[in-house]
Amino acid sequence: MTQPETLQTLGRAADTPEPLVSVRRLRKRFALHPERLLPWRFDRRQRGWRRERIHAVNGVDLDIQRGDALCVVGESGCGKSTLARLIMGLVTPSDGEVHYDGWRIDHLNARQWQPFRRRMQMIFQNPYASLNPRLTVRQALEEPVRIHHPDWSRDRVEAKVEALMDDVGIDNGWGDRFAHEFSGGQRQRIAIARALSVDPEFVVADEPVSALDVSVQAQVLNLMMDAQASHRLTYLFITHDLAVVEHFATRVAVMYLGTICELADADTLFARPRHPYTRALLAASPRLDDAFPGQLRLSGELSMPLQAPSGCVFRDRCPHANRRCREAAPTPITLDRGHQVACHAVEEGRI
Amino acid sequence: MRANPMALLEVEHLDVRFPLRRGEIRAVRDLSFSLQRGERLGIVGESGAGKSVLAFSLLKLLSRPGRIVAGTVRFEGRELTSLSERQFRRLRGNRLAMIFQDPLTTLNPVLTIGQQMIESLKAHRRLSTRRARIVAIDKLRQVQVSSPERRLEQYPHQLSGGLCQRVVIAIALLLEPDIIIADEPTTALDVTIQAEIITLLKRLCDEHDVGLIVISHDLGVIGQLTQRTLVMYAGRIVEQGPTREIINDAQHPYTQGLINALPQMTLPRQRLHQIPGSMPTLSEVPSGCAFHPRCAYRITPEGLPRRDCIENVPEPVRSGECQVACHWVAELIARGPAEERAT
Repeated sequence: MTQPETLQTLGRAADTPEPLVSVRRLRKRFALHPERLLPWRFDRRQRGWRRERIHAVNGVDLDIQRGDALCVVGESGCGKSTLARLIMGLVTPSDGEVHYDGWRIDHLNARQWQPFRRRMQMIFQNPYASLNPRLTVRQALEEPVRIHHPDWSRDRVEAKVEALMDDVGIDNGWGDRFAHEFSGGQRQRIAIARALSVDPEFVVADEPVSALDVSVQAQVLNLMMDAQASHRLTYLFITHDLAVVEHFATRVAVMYLGTICELADADTLFARPRHPYTRALLAASPRLDDAFPGQLRLSGELSMPLQAPSGCVFRDRCPHANRRCREAAPTPITLDRGHQVACHAVEEGRI
Repeated sequence: MRANPMALLEVEHLDVRFPLRRGEIRAVRDLSFSLQRGERLGIVGESGAGKSVLAFSLLKLLSRPGRIVAGTVRFEGRELTSLSERQFRRLRGNRLAMIFQDPLTTLNPVLTIGQQMIESLKAHRRLSTRRARIVAIDKLRQVQVSSPERRLEQYPHQLSGGLCQRVVIAIALLLEPDIIIADEPTTALDVTIQAEIITLLKRLCDEHDVGLIVISHDLGVIGQLTQRTLVMYAGRIVEQGPTREIINDAQHPYTQGLINALPQMTLPRQRLHQIPGSMPTLSEVPSGCAFHPRCAYRITPEGLPRRDCIENVPEPVRSGECQVACHWVAELIARGPAEERAT
């Protein structure tokens, strides 16, 4: 295992407790046409060969404190899932660092990862695809317990699995059924039970309720909040549904084209959003009370970040963009109580 | 639900079944509703409620072995269920159009946008290709697609999801239909684009006096887009009425449960209200009121089981501006005036 690195060097304020997960200048580029023999393209203007790449995550700095439920919101293609996968080590970063509980984990090999896998688990969006169709529920739940506790007796493993099924409200008698015999909500509970089976402290959930109906969504969200209290979990929760965020999050990060444009406590963000993109997103989300607030409507769509953008990533859709926004990328400024905004207009007091 | 001579679309006692080797799935049961010209109607319910089967049966797009067993569908007074496939083809796409959930699977990936639009124009109207092109460009402009001339030459994969859905809407509008049926039109889209599509659909319905049927599981979308709402559960309508009434003052226990389960209805970080149990599969619908195993009101205030709920299918009763199919609500209404008299 690598030596624990001190985070002091990263300029952390002395009074904040040490974060559980800490991400620094994280970047991920994907090749656009990996199947092509020649991934380069001749750029006539620059008279040279250029590799076409998507900049999915573009210099993200993020701290997740113990006990937080940090929600990452943004439109599809903003890089939120890639961020989750980078933290979990499912894709390797192109640049930057990921620290977990003081250890640097972004360049570990599979063997070195193993002790962290027990502490960090993931729940995926589609419970139909994330469970092995050829395993019974019991087998699916036993597998991770056996792998991480090879010394446990058979009885102990079985007792653990029973307890897990109780926890997530799956009838013990259903242990011998296969995943396809369950409904979407039940499958998602099994997936949650599987994630909890190794008693992790950090759980990454990538759109865990997006495929579920409202009433089932309520059951799964309740389960996740109960699990957070009983297992003292820290969550990284990826979603595009602002109603879920408002309910579930303690802290929210809003992402746009691979960068975080606003980061704040949930109540602050919903009461006083500062970044124009956050405001537009809040205005667009459907509410039960009548009509749109209608202040800010976005036109256009997220473009694909083929080049590392110059200036602010949101400038093309932003009603407040000026010359400075086109030329220089805004650096996040801290307002109050850890409320960070990356926007020139906010910094200058224009909005 | 009275027979209304003015209704654009009138569905009465519709019954759709899928006979299978073992047993039969009754996807839509004894369902009646009507749609006026220019009206925007929403159909809400969870997956497996029979919403999409209803939409498909209105357009005669049911796949085998599904079939309409009983009931009538009248469009401008004309019976649709008895039409032959050939006769129906003249209506479908022409007078009745459909927008599906996933725009990328709706469009043909090997044809350009222009080919697809012109194809359907020429199939229904006698138009020259040049004339059809002009109409297509005009429709793309109506749905606010930028540089429509260029889009006609592009393939669906070159467009983003939101743009594709606009193209699908433009195709639905091509022949100036009287009714558009939209099955989850915004589910695959981001919120910002969803908001645009909602505004667009609203505007188009008003401008062209089109009747719109929107199917969605998202009460937020239904609340913004529609004037009247039907709530479906296990193949039946459990409640219908003005959308505002249903969202602000739901009467049926299922509708109440659905609305209370929304995260917006609970304070942050508190436990959400959940409906116990799950939606029955359509082949094993419980007796009586299909919702009774999950319903808190199947027990009377005195602690006795309400026999009606288990034995009899509730008839819709009028409650305010809504129609509610629930024994408990019926009982409350029956008791209401009596209690007032007593006091």
